Amino acid sequence: MLKELMDKKDIDRAITRIAHEILERNKGVQHLCLVGIQRGGVFLAERLALKIKDIEKKTIPVGSLDIAFYRDDLNIRKDQPLVRTTEVPCEINELKIILVDDVLFTGRSIRAAMDALMDLGRPSTIQLAVLIDRGHRELPIKADYVGKNIPTSLQENIEVKFEADGTAYKVILEKADR
Amino acid sequence: MLNSKDLLGIKELSAGEINLILDTAAGFKSVIGRDIKKVPTLRGKTAVNLFFEPSTRTRTSFELAAKRLSTDVINFSVPTSSVVKGESLIDTALTVQALGADFIIIRHSSSGVPYLLSKKLKASIINAGDGTNEHPTQALLDAFTIKEKKGRVDGLTIALVGDIVHSRVAKSDIYCLVKLGASVRLIGPPTLIPKEIKAAGVEIYHDMENGLTDVDVLIMLRIQMERQGKGFFPSTDEYAKNWGLTLKRLAHADPDVVVMHPGPMNRGIEIVSEIADGPQSVILEQVTNGIAVRMAVMYLLAGVK
Repeated sequence: MLKELMDKKDIDRAITRIAHEILERNKGVQHLCLVGIQRGGVFLAERLALKIKDIEKKTIPVGSLDIAFYRDDLNIRKDQPLVRTTEVPCEINELKIILVDDVLFTGRSIRAAMDALMDLGRPSTIQLAVLIDRGHRELPIKADYVGKNIPTSLQENIEVKFEADGTAYKVILEKADR
Repeated sequence: MLNSKDLLGIKELSAGEINLILDTAAGFKSVIGRDIKKVPTLRGKTAVNLFFEPSTRTRTSFELAAKRLSTDVINFSVPTSSVVKGESLIDTALTVQALGADFIIIRHSSSGVPYLLSKKLKASIINAGDGTNEHPTQALLDAFTIKEKKGRVDGLTIALVGDIVHSRVAKSDIYCLVKLGASVRLIGPPTLIPKEIKAAGVEIYHDMENGLTDVDVLIMLRIQMERQGKGFFPSTDEYAKNWGLTLKRLAHADPDVVVMHPGPMNRGIEIVSEIADGPQSVILEQVTNGIAVRMAVMYLLAGVK
């Protein structure tokens, strides 16, 4: 069973609001760098950077982070996760890193992403922006910027759908049939 | 996903599996290029280097690959082990497994030893060179280097020059490059190129100039000094005169040719120093890439349950 929770317009509005919140909290774009978690987070980070450019007329660096090497479930997963590129275009020392992901769930990917970032350098702060927070945290992790809070049950699955060019066009909730 | 818990040879791999290893290696290459050259990916695992033949670069490369993955490594060197007391190969390997090894990296002078161990042991067996059979990680790092330099392997003309018959590197390279869609040439004296190898889908040349015409990538093989005086070629001087790589001969190849060598090199015999140290040479990059490729192999094998 599928249920559409957000359409393209809703997603765009949420990203616009998050862009404003990031600028407000950080007082502009100085020392900011967006880092998206592969894969959905990378698309959203690029979209956020465009929004911020629209608002402030300044370009901020955008990177991508693959967390496969830092996962805590390598011993219990069925398949080894595919390794994608990590590309952070600048020295992250002393930068304010905004980590971007599509769905925040257990918090374990964020833990892995923070470890991965720390191995690249010593950022001055790490903040977290997510499009969807679906609850069920297993670690003490909280997002600084949230597009939409969606309470879910563990049997449900949330998916953000992306077009080929990286535009998120809908968020769906899937109920497991059992 | 890889299909087997072991990496015994390229012959057993599909083109899809080879590409998966190469793509994964690209991720690890960025790890070994940064300040903190280590990831926690395979924490708590143990790898044992079981080398029954001398090796510096392959053993060190595997050791470093394991350490970069946070895996503990034990180097088992044969001259100081119970093997000299007459312990059998299987007993040695079972002992190593009982010590808790998840990966056993084996080099042996007899072809087929990794296969034998893979049937007896639960640990992942990685072939680091067996007799004249295969040396799969060398072929994978060669393919990775070619892909990095040329953007692809498919459609390239790649020549292997030298002692094909005794070379496990050559065999693994041939399987790998043919599977990835390259057209492969073998160049060398007739005594060092077995005729049956044609069945692998390669072209054979005995004349250097003809063979080198328009090649995109050149893989020089080591002339194994221990074969000298056994009738394969008259002398190393004679070999160098006919099949050594010189600047004049290299001019027949494509202007953007890439020159590779698995090492150790015999400078002045199969390759002159001007080329080994020249702009076309990627010999040292092969060494660096070897670590990334071996990390990828261990990472992917760890995922085979």
